[in-house]
Amino acid sequence: MAIRENTRKRVGLIISLIIVLAILIIYLIPIYWVVVSSIKPMTEVQTIPPKLWGFKPTIYSYVRTFTDRMILPPGEKIPPPEELAKLHWWERMSYVDGNMKVLKVSGLPSRLLNSVIIGIISTILAVTLGTLTAYGFSRFRVAGEGDWLFFILSTRMLPAVVVIIPLYLMFRTLKLADTHLGLILLYTCFNVSFAVWLMKGFIDEIPREYEEAALVDGYTRFEAFRKIVLPQASTGIAATVVFCFITAWNEYAFALIMTTKRAETAPPFIPSQIGVGGVDWGAIAASTLIFLLPVVILTVFLRRHLLRGITFGAIRK
Amino acid sequence: MINKSILNPSLETPIQRGLRDVTIKRLFILPTIILLILINIFPLFYSLFLSFNDYSALKSLQWGVNPKWVGGKNYLDVLTDPNWWESFVTTAKYVILAVSGEMIVGFLLALLLNREFKGKGIITTLILIPMMMSPVIVGLFWTLIYNANWGIFNYLLGLGQTNWTGDPKLNLYAIVIVDVWQWSPFVMLLSLAGLSAIPKYLYEAAEIDRASAWFKFWKITFPLVSPLLLIALIFRTMEAFKIFDIAMGITGGGSSAPMLLSIELYKLSFVRWYTGRSCAVAYIMLILIIAISSIYIKYLNKARA
Repeated sequence: MAIRENTRKRVGLIISLIIVLAILIIYLIPIYWVVVSSIKPMTEVQTIPPKLWGFKPTIYSYVRTFTDRMILPPGEKIPPPEELAKLHWWERMSYVDGNMKVLKVSGLPSRLLNSVIIGIISTILAVTLGTLTAYGFSRFRVAGEGDWLFFILSTRMLPAVVVIIPLYLMFRTLKLADTHLGLILLYTCFNVSFAVWLMKGFIDEIPREYEEAALVDGYTRFEAFRKIVLPQASTGIAATVVFCFITAWNEYAFALIMTTKRAETAPPFIPSQIGVGGVDWGAIAASTLIFLLPVVILTVFLRRHLLRGITFGAIRK
Repeated sequence: MINKSILNPSLETPIQRGLRDVTIKRLFILPTIILLILINIFPLFYSLFLSFNDYSALKSLQWGVNPKWVGGKNYLDVLTDPNWWESFVTTAKYVILAVSGEMIVGFLLALLLNREFKGKGIITTLILIPMMMSPVIVGLFWTLIYNANWGIFNYLLGLGQTNWTGDPKLNLYAIVIVDVWQWSPFVMLLSLAGLSAIPKYLYEAAEIDRASAWFKFWKITFPLVSPLLLIALIFRTMEAFKIFDIAMGITGGGSSAPMLLSIELYKLSFVRWYTGRSCAVAYIMLILIIAISSIYIKYLNKARA
């Protein structure tokens, strides 16, 4: 009996591992295809039937996504080798691989920069406000505490649909539309409720005895907060920072509606690159990957921190 | 400051240096509350007001004419509009398909992964990645996969030239598949958390009584994991109802886009500029979302009892 059961367990284990592997493959194939599409030569991106391997990789797609080029006008020709050698490598590549000349940098870098700036500043603001508020609720008695916390959490649950129209009108009136400040304000607001909720969980776990001892020793309340609670909450703060940044980085709907050119972030910009006169799918694949890279890196290195946030505290490992 | 503290007994601690507790409490909490009221509560009321008006943000402001008070007319128009009902049905169809897909795939994955093996950490990390991506960008790169002619979806599954993204009859299912791909890990993580919290001795006791695997599942596993499953269900349902980003990524929001509530709302308010009426639509959606989640939560409380 025991031997049979061991074999049964072994077989079960192997089957589940096979299924897990199969599912992993299903999850990774889309990513593989996008990566591969971004490093294929321009002519091989849209081959019928699709080529999964066996092409010569090139980073021309990445060059294309960062530059605006134009096809050489009928009179002009590709410069001779001596002149080509003097140009930048990407200009050379455009001439040789694509028969195009580089005009200027595309809109992508400025959008990415906007995403970075707006993401970082709104995250810092949201986590700061969130930590302070969480400390306030955690350590002090507040009249109607339950109601206040419910209010704060419910703003997170509020569907964007209801507020987006009036917010757009308000921003337009206040001249905040299409400004970095406007979007920063907005993202701070989204993230602050989540930050309060997350940080309260972390701060509640820190024993009060340390602060009380410090107060007896003559620390002010604020000093106790700064020197005792904050260091102990640093993992929690890291988790909240990562989560808030990723939320701001990925945000699409409000960025789409509130911004047009100046403060436009990457998510509304990248899909808009699907032009009418033929789509450059390799470049789209490239810009997609560039945008996804920071998030993937953050996820891989800060997995533990994210797990707690996204499952609303259900997983604490 | 110290003098005042001694005289006033209602403070938290009697004698201390620096800012009083009450001051700190207010200083720490108030800015957040004010920010939230400005950006969440005020617009909520503004939107309510606009929903009772005939208003177009595109035309110039003229109180009495634009906006013009029309009472409940916007609401009536929406609820009697067959197009709106069509988008409601389409969205409901989407929610049912996507959420069931995510729950089934996610839960199955959790059941399979609920054991110790090497590489579990790596798999958990990998599976976390799709959820953290921007949904619009996920939708966008899936258009590369779904391409009718050279995309690998059709190629690997032998589906010929099916136009997943452009055909209005098909692209709803295309969006469902992407949503399931992206969010099943969410259900999987929550289920895993629930599954790993079930004490092993329950299973051992059942085995001593020679319980079948079926019995073990229905009497032990499922009841103990269901609270977390319900959380996943509630959360994903609310999100699926509001689906916007992925759909815009896949279809570009043009005329081939399926008639999903959020997309129709977007077109109504920012393409056709029927501002007043779109506020009414938004409020109807809000009421629906609150109703759905209340039903779930009531069921959750009953199941817990």
